[in-house]
Amino acid sequence: MKPPFSVIFLTTLIGIGQGLFLALYTGQLYAYFDLLPAHDSRSFYAAGSIIALLFLGAGLFASFFHLGHPERAWRSAAMWRTSWLSREVIVLPAFMGMVFLYGLAHWFNWHITVIEIAGGRKVDITLILGALGTILAFALFLCTGMIYACLRFLQEWHTPLTPINFTLLGGASGFLLASIFSAFAAPNSMSFYAGWAIALTLLALLSRSASLLRNKRIKPKSTLSTAIGIKHPHIVQISQGSMGGSFNTRAFFHGMSAQFMRAIKPGFILLTFVLPLIILSIGLFTPKLLIAAFITQYIGLLAERWFFFAEANHPQNLYYQKIA
Amino acid sequence: MTQLALVIDLNVCVGCHACVTSCKEWNTSGPAGPMSDSDPYGADPSGTFFNRVQTFEVGTFPNTQTVHFPKSCLHCEEPPCVPVCPTGASYKRKQDGIVLVDYDKCIGCEYCSWACPYGARELDAKQKVMKKCTLCVDRIYSDTLPEADRKPACVMACPTSARLFGDVHDPESIVSRTIRENAGYALMPEWGTQPANHYLPRRKTTMKIHEDELMRADNPLKIDGKLPKPSKQQPTLDDSTSW
Repeated sequence: MKPPFSVIFLTTLIGIGQGLFLALYTGQLYAYFDLLPAHDSRSFYAAGSIIALLFLGAGLFASFFHLGHPERAWRSAAMWRTSWLSREVIVLPAFMGMVFLYGLAHWFNWHITVIEIAGGRKVDITLILGALGTILAFALFLCTGMIYACLRFLQEWHTPLTPINFTLLGGASGFLLASIFSAFAAPNSMSFYAGWAIALTLLALLSRSASLLRNKRIKPKSTLSTAIGIKHPHIVQISQGSMGGSFNTRAFFHGMSAQFMRAIKPGFILLTFVLPLIILSIGLFTPKLLIAAFITQYIGLLAERWFFFAEANHPQNLYYQKIA
Repeated sequence: MTQLALVIDLNVCVGCHACVTSCKEWNTSGPAGPMSDSDPYGADPSGTFFNRVQTFEVGTFPNTQTVHFPKSCLHCEEPPCVPVCPTGASYKRKQDGIVLVDYDKCIGCEYCSWACPYGARELDAKQKVMKKCTLCVDRIYSDTLPEADRKPACVMACPTSARLFGDVHDPESIVSRTIRENAGYALMPEWGTQPANHYLPRRKTTMKIHEDELMRADNPLKIDGKLPKPSKQQPTLDDSTSW
């Protein structure tokens, strides 16, 4: 597949936004159970929500560049019963709305008690909004991943590892951003978030390696023989029916050399996982190094998502192997 | 239930591209707008087509066969491109099973083209909407065309009648009978898309001749022994006995 840059930015940016929100709410839960010092509502949770919204908004903005008719984008919420893309289109704004409400409630210190649980603990509205936001964040990871995982003949994508990778990679980058944010807004929680970022990066490395190993062993179900229905092991294309290119030759081939494909795989593993892990563990939690780790990991994520698309081999390519 | 479809006979197709040009001519001139081309006479031509004829070589030299392979939307009975469409622009008609795109609803997200294993869908570079074969839905139901012309343009144009058009759900239709009697098959059956369009395989014309058919077993000359050979000048009963 040809990696579309709008979608690469969409999936990586909203992943950071989702991960950052999950990090904020995780922090709030830890603080609620007195495992972390309490953070300031406005300068930590509300400001963090604004940063998450900025990333989510940037991702949403990038997605419009993927559309031929962005002015009709509102129509894409229609087929949520069958289409994961349609579900994503609904869940993304719903999640952004929930992050906004969560931030708003923190900004105005609306700590209205909703219910009381055992031990006299009060569950206030921000905890409820955060829980709803968490559900939506995971739903959004699922929708984004399933857009690719549901296409059964794109065998590289058709695996539960696809949504798992999206979730873990988004989580890792979001928690890493949260550690930078807390370095300024709540320095005593910085190591907490950096620890989570290390754990999530390690988990993401595991699941992404699993999908790389899986995809290396894929045997394509479609061959030229099934594509044109002639039982013969030696079939070559002589002409694809036109002298020039077409949508089919532009949209489904990444167009890069085999050397580039070989180089980008260790490249993104190094940038997304290895270097951030080294930087995080060496300069344990100094803000400057955290920023370096975050930027390195984001560049790695762009390469990772590029490779995710380029690696997928669409069966239609069987019909477009030779221009003549 | 009706399921209109094409049956393409690979044994008869000569790869002349008449179906390609007639398809483009009819569908670029319709009310749905042109199938746009860019740089058509330049070094790097590109354009939107509903139908392409591809050529494959089967076997290794010197035992090779050239196969011309016309490819268009197969109007699958389980079209994977339809449920993924977020807007409902891509749909399958209940009444005749034709898979169509509503150009006014399409947002050009290309997701349906990712979901089609056959590469039957092409995004129009100018109109920015997804396009594909309509089975000439504006021809086959036309009130203004003579009844004999109410077939897809590609079927009308094919000089060797390699393309048949009809209802594959009607067991007695020409297409159903041809599929049944000539081993019609579907492309990429491994994905369960159940294409409505079928292809007829290449067939080698062979005759089975037994030895006794080459040599008359009841030849009286063989039974009664050889007759003396008449001389060349002698009048004969027929041509065969004179030499």
